[in-house]
Amino acid sequence: MAGDQAARLVTPPMLVLFAVLATVPMWIESVGLFQYLGVEILIWVMYGLAFNLLMGTAGLVSFGHGAYFGIGAYAFGLAQFHLSANLWVGLVVAALAGAIAGLFVAAFISHRRGIYYAFMTIAFGQIFWTIAIKAYRVTGGEDGLLRIPRPPADFGVVSFDLADNRSLYYFVLAIFVIVLVAMWRLVNSPYGRVLAAIRQSETRAAHLGYPVWRYKLVAFAISALVSALAGGLFAMGQRAAFPDVMSVQQSGLIVMMVLVGGGLVSFWGPVIGVVVFIVARDVIGALTFAWMIYFGLLFMLIVLFRPEGIAGIARSLAARWR
Amino acid sequence: MALIEATGVHVRFGERVVLEDVDLVVPEGELHGIMGPNGAGKTTFFNVLTGRVKPTRGAIRLGGENIAGLSPDRIAAKGIARSFQTMTLFDDFTARDNVMVALPAFRARGFDMRHEVAGDAGLATQADDVLACVGLSAKAKIVARQLSYGERRALEIAVALAQHPRVLCLDEPTSGLGSDGTRLLLDLIGRIRSRYTIVVIEHDMHFLFSLAERISVIHWGQVVARGTPHELRSNEWVQRSNLGRFA
Repeated sequence: MAGDQAARLVTPPMLVLFAVLATVPMWIESVGLFQYLGVEILIWVMYGLAFNLLMGTAGLVSFGHGAYFGIGAYAFGLAQFHLSANLWVGLVVAALAGAIAGLFVAAFISHRRGIYYAFMTIAFGQIFWTIAIKAYRVTGGEDGLLRIPRPPADFGVVSFDLADNRSLYYFVLAIFVIVLVAMWRLVNSPYGRVLAAIRQSETRAAHLGYPVWRYKLVAFAISALVSALAGGLFAMGQRAAFPDVMSVQQSGLIVMMVLVGGGLVSFWGPVIGVVVFIVARDVIGALTFAWMIYFGLLFMLIVLFRPEGIAGIARSLAARWR
Repeated sequence: MALIEATGVHVRFGERVVLEDVDLVVPEGELHGIMGPNGAGKTTFFNVLTGRVKPTRGAIRLGGENIAGLSPDRIAAKGIARSFQTMTLFDDFTARDNVMVALPAFRARGFDMRHEVAGDAGLATQADDVLACVGLSAKAKIVARQLSYGERRALEIAVALAQHPRVLCLDEPTSGLGSDGTRLLLDLIGRIRSRYTIVVIEHDMHFLFSLAERISVIHWGQVVARGTPHELRSNEWVQRSNLGRFA
């Protein structure tokens, strides 16, 4: 665990990833895909990294995490309509709304563990989803919030228009770089190490002097904050916020993506899982409406035979090759 | 001077009384043994001592401060470290990382999210010193689950020692060890005993009688006998019980 690579703020695989991602708008259309797909992948990877701080690092499974993604989306839209049509205000409000909701939920569930913890996350997720549907005057109900503006990225001396998807992609990529580096640092910090200890034995961690519930509470709030930031970017990208992203089914998708990618054994699991899922959705989805059957089959095979996911398989192959 | 003083510790699980007015005093620097048959309440007493179980009534004083009913993390921070009957290690961590997270210096930085662990040579050195103390220097980089049973037992003790405890509680440390492992553990505890106050629960009477300065016998949730190993050998209750044969 205490490898040289973990000590670096930015590692060589990160630099390769950032370099590849920087070129995506130049070739994505030539391979039959579209610009917005890149934006969507980056947003979902951020969401996956936030989710995996809980599942992969701390061993806390949240089956209702779509709620925080959705809260971020609505908060961004509502901030644009009612506070200020400003990108930074929207993103800060989105992240804060997610963090506050996360802290509120975590205060109730952090004393629980295992299946009880997981069920409580579903229950709270359902409450937020129901509020999003029923509070029609605020959220637009099942129709959602529509015509959310995409304000420019205004840095005072210079301003970038984000109306087209290519410029939006580079803006989201900049946020993605910050989030990925921050999550990497967090996972490899003393705090991340304590979370990993809690994953392995809450009892032992408590008897070493760590107030376990407080660590779980903070982890949940950070995860909700980053999920909501991703949700805010999603609302900006889609120019809308819908309640379906908060549903149990949508919350289940992020679990599937992270597990298939190998989030249980690798920091990179969410990155791999999201790319595989979204590309499969668009490539296989172009051939058949039943594309989810094939992804579901892949999910079952991985859970049954290689629970360490694609990242784990790649790691074993690399070890054999060496 | 008494470092641990338990008075009238009573634990009830529903209708069942598990500990009944247990009094126990452990002076600073003593190696105190606790023995008794299975289900007698020995581990429950440890659980009360370390915060895992809240006593129904009674007090436990650590250096004069009542710690009964505090959470495990607060009791650990006050200086009581423990091992478990069923080994509880961080199996995905290396031996060094297991010890490192137990260091008070690491715990003080537990909410540090900005600095990396891997670059901190000071913590690694401290962890390696503790591993050397239990004879695991060569295993520092081995993942805990790949260690042998005896090495894992030694690592459990290293994790407890890393906390710089005022009191070290060992719950059946020889459990599952062969004769060689038990001998090595005997050597290890013999080497560290002068630096710590130690409370050991043990079924291996040869082990306990050769180490402990004083022993308390718990049966049916009560302390039925106490004294030095020599006194206990001649104790009427111990003589009559099955324990006396081994003692």
